[in-house]
Amino acid sequence: MRPRHLDESPIFRWVFISIALLFLAFVLVMPLAAVLTQAFAKGIEVYWRSISEKDALSAIRLTLITAAIVVPLNSLFGVAAAWAITKFRFKGRNLLITFIDLPFAVSPVISGLIFVLLFGAQGWLGPWLQANDLKIIYAVPGIVLATLFVTFPFVARELIPIMQQQGREEEEAAAAMGAGGWRIFWKITLPNVKWGLLYGMILCNARAMGEFGAVSVVSGHIRGQTNTIPLHVEILYNEYQFTASFAVASLLVMLALLTLVIQSMMEWKHRLQSANEFKEGGADVH
Amino acid sequence: MYIKVEGLTKSFGSFQAVKGVSFEIQDGKLVGFLGPSGGGKTTILRMLAGLEFPDDGEILFDDVRVNDLPPQKRNIGFVFQNYALFRHMSVFDNIAFGLTVQKRKKEEIRRRVEHLIELTGLQGLERRLPHQLSGGQRQRVAFARALAPEPKLLLLDEPFAAIDAKVRKELRIWLRDMIRQVGVTTVFVTHDQEEAVEIADDILIMSQGKIEQHGSPLAIYREPATPFVASFIGEIIELSDASSLTGFEDMGQSGKAYVRPEFIEAGDEHEISDRNAAERGIVKAVYFRGRSWQIDVQVGRNRITVYRSLEQRTWKVNDEVLVLIHRIYRFDRNRCEVVENGMKSLVRV
Repeated sequence: MRPRHLDESPIFRWVFISIALLFLAFVLVMPLAAVLTQAFAKGIEVYWRSISEKDALSAIRLTLITAAIVVPLNSLFGVAAAWAITKFRFKGRNLLITFIDLPFAVSPVISGLIFVLLFGAQGWLGPWLQANDLKIIYAVPGIVLATLFVTFPFVARELIPIMQQQGREEEEAAAAMGAGGWRIFWKITLPNVKWGLLYGMILCNARAMGEFGAVSVVSGHIRGQTNTIPLHVEILYNEYQFTASFAVASLLVMLALLTLVIQSMMEWKHRLQSANEFKEGGADVH
Repeated sequence: MYIKVEGLTKSFGSFQAVKGVSFEIQDGKLVGFLGPSGGGKTTILRMLAGLEFPDDGEILFDDVRVNDLPPQKRNIGFVFQNYALFRHMSVFDNIAFGLTVQKRKKEEIRRRVEHLIELTGLQGLERRLPHQLSGGQRQRVAFARALAPEPKLLLLDEPFAAIDAKVRKELRIWLRDMIRQVGVTTVFVTHDQEEAVEIADDILIMSQGKIEQHGSPLAIYREPATPFVASFIGEIIELSDASSLTGFEDMGQSGKAYVRPEFIEAGDEHEISDRNAAERGIVKAVYFRGRSWQIDVQVGRNRITVYRSLEQRTWKVNDEVLVLIHRIYRFDRNRCEVVENGMKSLVRV
């Protein structure tokens, strides 16, 4: 509790708290509630039928496959990039840092379009792909590529500040004790960032499953073949199947809620640990 | 391990951190690099460890050139300023790390780690994580961890910088005794002269990437090579007109003259040991310094600082007092000469 003379007047306090809470309710809680009520509007049976119907299952499967390919690849890339950027000084380092943020800066639709321009029938590699009977655009590889592009910053962005803050001394200490590069990476570097890595992977997964714009451009919306969950939701909605559409959408909402729960669990754990460090590191008794 | 370094040079961008440094360290010695921060001490330490590679010069361990050897192959132990303990490993696993790398037998590792834990007084803390330890305990873990693989050379980077002033003194003595007991050749870096004097067999004084002087703490204190060294080991006061002082008439005007406060005796008429060699001065300022008075005295054109016990008569500004200067350092083009008070020796015989 702050002393009274340092505090804002109660009126201001209540006004600002109310604004924040109302805003939150209006743009976050209400839509979420709307999705769930709409999804269950015609009972649990209709809900279940909507998400277990053939095309819905196919969309769920494609989304899961995409995430299963994209998350490990981007974790690998993220760890490699963060490691290179924070532990070494090399030419092109700043360029790499800038490029990692590129997918955040570019509109997802453009991200999708890049791949159409590269691999589409009229694209640079299109004729060659056609000649060799390879399909990328309007097929699963295109969806995976677009998702890969859109989600690659998440792990790296999460790891870079952590690794920067930890510095290189622990690795140097391990090297002085005779440990080789491989052992240092597995025994020191990786365990030190495991929580950050996990969180980055969760964010990457959430975005990989929820991506709409880029995937929409390269997918071709072929029912039962190239539809992911977000695309399937849109199709159902456009066909006025509101309940089904919201039912499938609720799957993504649950994914989002799960992500939030894991995130706050990890933040809680992290805070606990740094609180300990503060408490015990500050005192110099023995 | 016998260490020889010749013409060592290292730059970071346009900043020359180490400028052609040469020195030797005999086997089993405990040597301190002392100097202000940014003087190149840590860079030399990191080059000895193989964590930085020199631009020029030679590093020899037991007469073998190690310039291009990575840290893994140098047989060293390194204690970092902030200890760099492995944050996700227990005290036991931290100390065992180097032994695991050497692929020693499990039983042997356990025995050696337990021995080191006992040696460093860390019993009961084996399962703790680094963040659950105090600063002093962390330092001991770092020390035990560095010693575990039995290095031939131990390198310590500002080993006490991260520790409370009170605990520091205690740990200093502990560390010195421990290193003597283990008998490993040790190089440490510090900017604290008291620390260097107390711990080291030999001190290398560094400033701006160069070694100013290399010798035992006592030799450096007695015969500093440069005014910088004299001001770093001990305290000095510059004299503006030394040859006007009784007993120093023959000194001449060339170079610069300095005196240490402990070379000066100041007192009332009956307190001075040799009145013939003393000089009259006027008290200009009096400060309380915790355990003594610090007093500025004007003697002719020289303003000098003396310390006076609280047990003696308390001086006030403008009191007339006697000042006896035993010896003066004269630096002439970076050569040091110790000049004794001439009047004093005449009487004493």
